[in-house]
Amino acid sequence: MKKILFGLYAAVSIALLVWAFELAVHAPAEMMQGDAYRIIFYHVPSASVAFLFFAISMAGSIGFLVLREKNPVKALAWDGWAVSGAEVGIIFCTVVLVTGPLWGYRAWGIWWAWDARLTTTLLLWLIYVSYLLTRRFAAGPQMRTSSAVLGIFGGIAVPIVYIANRIPGQHPGPVFGGDRASGMAPEILRPFLWNMVAWLFWGVLVLILRHQYELKQQAAAALEAEQSLNA
Amino acid sequence: MIDTLLTHLAKDLRIEWRSKEAINSMLFFSLLVVVLFSIAFDPRGAFSREISGGVLCVATMFASVSALNQAWAREIRHQVLDAQRMAPTAGAQMYLAKVLANFFFVSVVQILLAPVFLVFYNLHILGDGWLLLLVLPLGTWALVANGIFFAALSINSRNRELLLPLILFPIFTPALMAMVNATTGIFTGEFDPAIWIKLLVAYDIIYTTVSLLLFDTILRAE
Repeated sequence: MKKILFGLYAAVSIALLVWAFELAVHAPAEMMQGDAYRIIFYHVPSASVAFLFFAISMAGSIGFLVLREKNPVKALAWDGWAVSGAEVGIIFCTVVLVTGPLWGYRAWGIWWAWDARLTTTLLLWLIYVSYLLTRRFAAGPQMRTSSAVLGIFGGIAVPIVYIANRIPGQHPGPVFGGDRASGMAPEILRPFLWNMVAWLFWGVLVLILRHQYELKQQAAAALEAEQSLNA
Repeated sequence: MIDTLLTHLAKDLRIEWRSKEAINSMLFFSLLVVVLFSIAFDPRGAFSREISGGVLCVATMFASVSALNQAWAREIRHQVLDAQRMAPTAGAQMYLAKVLANFFFVSVVQILLAPVFLVFYNLHILGDGWLLLLVLPLGTWALVANGIFFAALSINSRNRELLLPLILFPIFTPALMAMVNATTGIFTGEFDPAIWIKLLVAYDIIYTTVSLLLFDTILRAE
């Protein structure tokens, strides 16, 4: 039953992606930027998904630290969310960091500007890469604890990045909830929202797959440890 | 309560006083960085004022890693760290004592380095020079508070000396950004460093609090 539901979810995600792509391609060109603006259909959804998954990673880290003594089995599942959130989040953050300069070169004439938003997003990316490195380097049972603590340190950086997003700089201001000039024309807003939904569905699909993989790996490691004890 | 902290602090200061390992290695390393940067960029006049803030902060950052790596490695010999883990005192006090001691070491290095720096970079400070007495300690605190924490976090890993800068530098970067911008503002006198100083204060408060709260988890991680 679970498998059928999951397969159904996967099919819906892929269908949504196709539909959103169709809409993104056929949306009218923007008044000032022409076709270059279309990158917003990938740039902004990826950024939102990345931030959401970094938050999930932090929640997983906190959950692991809280549960690790009372309920080690459940704690391991939380740790799985921590590592999956960080890994998949990094992928989406990479998409943001790649699509940003592509647009920037057209709009600003330069690939990269060292303003607060770009710098802080890059910083987040670096922090979560260092989180994954810690998981690789740290040995033994305390690896999960150390990386969970580092995950919390990284999570604290997220709101700092969010606040920096509202400091005026070269990067375009927030499209929604900004000043009066913000907002989108309805014929662009509709494809944009569909892309948001599609990429969120897709992101969650990848996240769940990664989490299942992590659980299987944990089970395999536990089995191996047990066998070497019995041998 | 405060006794434990003072005992730890006195011990760390005494070890350093007898060996002078941390201060000597930091001093020589930061001197090297300052010399290398002045060869690479040929600092003169206005250009020197623009880059020297960054060079000073980055030199401090790189140099402090050598001291931070030793901070806990010293405790591994003769299983001292294991004994500390079993001690019934809160780990936060040990952490705070180490931060205070290393904060002192890095500050000593900065004070000794300052005249060399002023000479090599031909600096004439155009802004409020006394603000440096606020910016540098705040930035150093951010560096040391995080550094001591992550040094403890990486103590049990393979390649711990390599891991420390890899996890410390990304987390420290917001503070570095604030520190560099504030010192550049002071050296050039072109803009007001107040907002960057406020950012540094906020950063110090947030990360020191989190470190104090989570230190026991790291120390007794099994």
